[in-house]
Amino acid sequence: MAERTLLSPEDIRRALVRIAHEIIERNKGAGDIVLVGMQTRGVPLAKRLAASIQEFEDLPVPTGSLDISLYRDDLSRLPLKPLVHPTDIPVDITDKHIVLVDDVFYTGRSIRAAMDAIMDLGRPRTIQLAVLVDRGHRELPIRADYVGKNIPTSRSEEIKVYVTEVDGEDKVTIITPDKEGAT
Amino acid sequence: MRPAEQTIQPKTSDTLPPLSTALWRHHHVLDLDDFSREEIELVLDIADAMAEVLQREVKRVPTLRGRTVVTMFYEPSTRTRASFELAAKNLSADTVNLDATRSSVTKGESLLDTLRTIQALGADIIIMRHHHSGAPYIAARYINASIINAGDGWHAHPSQALLDIYTIHKHLGGLTDRKIVIIGDITHSRVARSNIWGMSTMGAKVVLCGPPTLLPPGLKEFIVHCRLSQVSVETEIEAAIKDADVVMPLRLQVERQQSGLLPSLREYVQLYQINGPRLSLARPGALVMHPGPMNEGIEISPEVARSTQSVIEEQVTNGVAVRMALLYLVAGGKSS
Amino acid sequence: MTRILIRGGHIIDPSQNLDAIGDLSIKDGKVEWLGTHNAALPEAETVLNAAGLIVTPGFIDLHCHLRQPGFEDAETIATGTLAAARGGFTTVCCMPNTQPPLDSLASVDYVKQVASTEGYVRVLPIASITRGRKGLELVEMDELAKAGVVAFSDDGEPVSSSRVMRLAMEYATRLGVPIIDHCEDKGLSQDGVMNEGWVSARLGLRGIPAAAEEVMVARDIRLAELTGARLHIAHVSTRGSVEIIRHAREKGIAVTAEVTPHHLLLTEERVMGSEPGNNTLFHYDTSAKVNPPLRTRDDTTALIKGIKDSTIDAIATDHAPHTLVDKLCEFNIAAFGISGLETAFGCLMLLVHNKEIDLITLVSLLTCKPAKIIGNKFGELGTLRPGCPADITLFDPDREWVVDSRTFASKGKNTPFEGQTLKGKIMATIVQGKIVYRDAALKLKTGKA
Repeated sequence: MAERTLLSPEDIRRALVRIAHEIIERNKGAGDIVLVGMQTRGVPLAKRLAASIQEFEDLPVPTGSLDISLYRDDLSRLPLKPLVHPTDIPVDITDKHIVLVDDVFYTGRSIRAAMDAIMDLGRPRTIQLAVLVDRGHRELPIRADYVGKNIPTSRSEEIKVYVTEVDGEDKVTIITPDKEGAT
Repeated sequence: MRPAEQTIQPKTSDTLPPLSTALWRHHHVLDLDDFSREEIELVLDIADAMAEVLQREVKRVPTLRGRTVVTMFYEPSTRTRASFELAAKNLSADTVNLDATRSSVTKGESLLDTLRTIQALGADIIIMRHHHSGAPYIAARYINASIINAGDGWHAHPSQALLDIYTIHKHLGGLTDRKIVIIGDITHSRVARSNIWGMSTMGAKVVLCGPPTLLPPGLKEFIVHCRLSQVSVETEIEAAIKDADVVMPLRLQVERQQSGLLPSLREYVQLYQINGPRLSLARPGALVMHPGPMNEGIEISPEVARSTQSVIEEQVTNGVAVRMALLYLVAGGKSS
Repeated sequence: MTRILIRGGHIIDPSQNLDAIGDLSIKDGKVEWLGTHNAALPEAETVLNAAGLIVTPGFIDLHCHLRQPGFEDAETIATGTLAAARGGFTTVCCMPNTQPPLDSLASVDYVKQVASTEGYVRVLPIASITRGRKGLELVEMDELAKAGVVAFSDDGEPVSSSRVMRLAMEYATRLGVPIIDHCEDKGLSQDGVMNEGWVSARLGLRGIPAAAEEVMVARDIRLAELTGARLHIAHVSTRGSVEIIRHAREKGIAVTAEVTPHHLLLTEERVMGSEPGNNTLFHYDTSAKVNPPLRTRDDTTALIKGIKDSTIDAIATDHAPHTLVDKLCEFNIAAFGISGLETAFGCLMLLVHNKEIDLITLVSLLTCKPAKIIGNKFGELGTLRPGCPADITLFDPDREWVVDSRTFASKGKNTPFEGQTLKGKIMATIVQGKIVYRDAALKLKTGKA
């Protein structure tokens, strides 16, 4: 298996800054925005976006975290690590623009679950989606509003996002399986 | 409304909860004697997430949608059954309650036949309470559905011990080296036995206290044989309760006096009741717990039951969150 | 003339101090002749080649439950005696806890009659001590002794009243027939379901303390001393009991005792499953539920020592078959008992292979010693002396086999040895000159030798 770096820390920083600007532009300002990071790596990404927005607009943006474990549609295949973190959104979400923040956008099932979770917590005005990497292969009719980078992949490949807060470094890599016949 | 995080510089992982590396190995939850510390901590962490759900206005998540959870209680119970039922409903499971005191059991149907019928009806998880120790073990051996033990005879009550541990954890931040004293009829107490396993796994010092006739014969040999070096036995309440961080009196059933194990309830109260003066021997601010239902005036004085040190009602609330965590883990977890 | 020749076997007969390779001939249901292996042999219709096998007198089981009349779903005299034959037993003494109990001539005659037509081995009935086994009134002991009961016992139950036990012992002294007691003080055992100890504390089960047995062993021995009766203690299970019996023997009191194979091999930990420290899923194993219960390693050590120094005279199976329904349930309500006839020998050979007892001692505990307790009225059993009934057992001490209760002849599949590999297999069992069991691997030659 070969792991190749696609995005450097600088690439990531620029992408997030651009997304922050796009969020501000789309929503005509930073008021009424709540950033909700998806466990696990979406959470620090959401915090960084909030920090950028605050820098540009001089306005604090509430940030929360969301664990979709309780909303999955594939419970019989629990991950190796079945830990569930509490969902923690510090403000009332009704009538707000919720921007879900995730590291990799793939089949869309996690986002479907996230939307169900958000709806259980209140009645937002809009739900928007910001992702660092979109690797394609959607299985549901869901799209992202803000994309850091489009990286077309095949199903056998894996995209790995590293964020400093969790992994000690920032980078995005692609892992390709060995060619047939290789040991 | 809380202010947004002020971080501009990304920090390393101490800003996020640690990733748990525990694998969940249990198809059934029969007792805590085969739970590792990591597994207990996993349950506590997930219970926190469930507690958040219970704070919402709509206390419901779709996690167990389409699953059927059947409670089968051969012994009467109000709080435990309601607690499990609410836990299952909060996770959107379909629930069925069987009161085995009034069903085919009285027609002489065997336990296994009853269980097979319930499984054939589509039960995914069976929550069992039974008056005979070991009953859920037969169930677990011969039935495919997951069995959660809600109390078997004198033997085990794992969800109760887990909610006890969760409650202590929330107040004291952990159980390591804490002194927990359990007082009363240890012989017949499934709560005591499960707590012996669970609390010592979490590093606590557990003291079991009661009159000699209510301490199971073989208790000391059991502690030695199973290497439960943090567990000790005491017949004198003053020594047992001294500097304790947690005081847990057990319900004393009136039948114990009737069967000759005690000369009188009066003498038990004089020697072992947890009242104000006795409680003051414990550490200041020590938690007072009770598995319920209480016999106020017997094992616990009304004043202590209602004191600020009592977390007894909180145990009940925590019970729903802990049971939701167990249902989630059992419903999803096959071993990897 | 029907003659069977057993050639070239290793003959072990402690009653004659015999331990040598030799030949043996059977004629008309009796041992005709035995001698060292030589070429000049009489003609025989049937020849068994016993090379590599051990040949002993047929095993005698002083204690088993055949369940008929009354509990034929658990066992019948036919199935139980076939199981006995497969286990190498040529004589079984059946306990009276049937329904109706064997407390009268009618029921004893019934058992004798069924045994004579359907039994595969010799069946000697044991009558109860009290009517209905209720522990209150004595049965008509003289009539029953004349009808051929080999002993009196309320087994399953103790005789709780010391007064009644004393009277029973006194009354029986003239009959030359032993009183067998199931020693259990019910006040102490009180609904217990396993040994009282660390396992019962852990599993939350009520225990039966060793004292429950020892208290009654001591009582019975004092009463035997007082009355001069012959007392036999059934299924001894504790160190304390062994010590009390040893002390009584030193004083010359006429007490004998038996032990079961499962009490020699298993401990209370077996209730937690067949593998030590295994998955807790296998706790509460009812195949290990028996009365008296499986005790501790210290007790098994004392029992083995008791066998070696002759404090314990005999090994008896206490074969207790039960239906699946009675065992596949909650531990507290499961029936007590192990179906032991077909595994007894293989289990006991584990002790021989582990060098805990020697083979000759084992054979004597299964043959001449129990024969002494029964006495001569039923023929001279437990011996290969010429002229005695040809009750003979052949076994391969090293042959390995796996315990599979589905292949048992007994209806009782309740065994804690399920799936275990044992080393030592009965190859043939002969009762009064008739081959009642033969392992397929042992070939018979019929026709002129």
